[in-house]
Amino acid sequence: MHNDVSIVVDGLVKRFGRFTAVDHVNFQIHRGEIFGLLGPNGSGKSTTIRMLCGLLTPTEGTARVVGYDVSSQAEEVRQHIGYMSQKFSLYNDLRVIENLRFFAGLYGVKGALLSERIAWALRMAGLSGGEHRLTGELSGGWKQRLALGCAVLHRPQVLFLDEPTAGVDPLSRRDFWELIHEMSADGVTILVTTHYMDEAEYCNRLALIEAGRIVATGAPSDIKQSAIRGDLILVDCTPLGRGLEALRHAPGVHDASVFGAALHLVVDAAEDSLKYLPEYLTSLGVSVHRIEPISPSLEDAFVELTAKGRSSAN
Amino acid sequence: MNDVVVRAEGLTKRFGQLVAVDNLSFSAQRGEILGIVGPDGSGKSTALRMLAGVLAPDIGEMEVAGADVVGNPEQVKSRISYMPQHFGLYEDLTVIQNIRFYADIFEVSSADRRRREQQLLDASGMSAFRGRLAGQLSGGMKRKLGIACALIHTPQVLLLDEPTTGVDPVSRRELWAILYSLAFEGVAVIVSTAYLDEAERCQRLLLMHRGRSLFFGTPVELKRTLPGGMLSIAGADPRAIQRLVISFEGVVSAMAMGDTVHLVVDDTARRTPEILAQLSASGLVFGEVKEIAPAVEDVFVYAVSEQGLETSSADA
Repeated sequence: MHNDVSIVVDGLVKRFGRFTAVDHVNFQIHRGEIFGLLGPNGSGKSTTIRMLCGLLTPTEGTARVVGYDVSSQAEEVRQHIGYMSQKFSLYNDLRVIENLRFFAGLYGVKGALLSERIAWALRMAGLSGGEHRLTGELSGGWKQRLALGCAVLHRPQVLFLDEPTAGVDPLSRRDFWELIHEMSADGVTILVTTHYMDEAEYCNRLALIEAGRIVATGAPSDIKQSAIRGDLILVDCTPLGRGLEALRHAPGVHDASVFGAALHLVVDAAEDSLKYLPEYLTSLGVSVHRIEPISPSLEDAFVELTAKGRSSAN
Repeated sequence: MNDVVVRAEGLTKRFGQLVAVDNLSFSAQRGEILGIVGPDGSGKSTALRMLAGVLAPDIGEMEVAGADVVGNPEQVKSRISYMPQHFGLYEDLTVIQNIRFYADIFEVSSADRRRREQQLLDASGMSAFRGRLAGQLSGGMKRKLGIACALIHTPQVLLLDEPTTGVDPVSRRELWAILYSLAFEGVAVIVSTAYLDEAERCQRLLLMHRGRSLFFGTPVELKRTLPGGMLSIAGADPRAIQRLVISFEGVVSAMAMGDTVHLVVDDTARRTPEILAQLSASGLVFGEVKEIAPAVEDVFVYAVSEQGLETSSADA
């Protein structure tokens, strides 16, 4: 059922004067997929989204969203997409129902469909009975779901989410992602842009973007496994400072850094290091309390991949 | 325990009807990184502003670097550094001019100044940018310059309000490396963050939710508060797996995450074979099932539901 392609991006480039914001980006997103574009601020995420929404014309390359070309059919594209951002402002001085009617008007939702969709959005957001509350008085989780309701009033086939749950409390965040998973199960294609690693973990597939270029694509677990050359090891030892100093110069160790009350190492082979390092540290007067292999995080993968990109660019 | 340099007891701050900080108690020692961790609006900034002596609590006592903050807020200011979220850098001054400006404010002697300047530029990797206008730095570099300015005098306590928000992962790691080296020098560093995954980098943490303390202790202790453990199940259709396993005995919660499902179970050793057997019988395609360490977010969600605290999605 995932064989339908909903978004095709092919050699997309956007230059602003001499600055290349998006540099030959390619990806495809299947219908019903939750796809994340993960990268730091200024990496080209927003420029890519604005091109996919038909708001900005590509300098080179093409992009098709549910079959429509973003350059020549921008109007059709906009009718089939929804957009929501954590920063996206609902009108705080309007009542809940007034915000919904405003966005329904904007998306051209009319007639019998209007009351049906508004009732649906209220139910989904858990705001049935709260239609007349002032939007500004709602707490973060409610506002977020109302914003989502507004973004999908016109039943878009593609939904763009821009850092949708940044800074939101974890319970509301999980409720929100439950809703997103339900929409994806109904066949809505979801493109999330974020610089938060933990938001990216919710996506089925990710593209990591840095300085306008895609440095990796794949499922979160595949990216984590393939990005790191070597293995990661946790070392809990005292004194921590002396341990760090010793490990920076230990054979087979590429990198050593403090992580909370312990050290994280990147080593050639975990098996060898686990045998060798305890004795090595003890001989230097460092007591080892715990040493074990650990799985890389998405941040570990991201740092590794972008560091590669940076050194090859220099 | 004489190394305690920050002690806060029963801090409460109201703004009108809002209780921004509610009966908060915690402490920090020399050479320790204490994280104040919680979502937006949980009271982190208010707590830091009170510690810095720029906001008086309604109730409560604080001792910071030997000074009584409530009774004598001016005294504390010369012994600490405080970097608010929007730290005042002069965008039309260069990197080195900004640092010198703060050296003047903190009355750093000219003998100490040269050495300290160079040390800070080196530690923050900004020596090559000393002549660049602050307004032309990236977000991560601005934060590093902010920290350098805040450290031009040698504080006993460093208070940083969300220094890593919006900073790319590489710069974020560099910032943390700076914090660890300060802690090694004996500075008590108190840092707030809304990134729950950053809590793991702190030696102790104060987990905040709606102005209140959910937990105060080490990350390892925090994770022990989650009864049972966590399993991850890989699968082609995580959503289908999630719907199925939530009905299994001993499964407390299940969450689809990317290409896996994360479960909280009451007893991993006992439930893993049961879950494997039931999954196999269901005919769903699934991959590796393994025990995973809970993330701070998992424990946060558990603590909030356990303590019956209202969340923002339950109070409309």
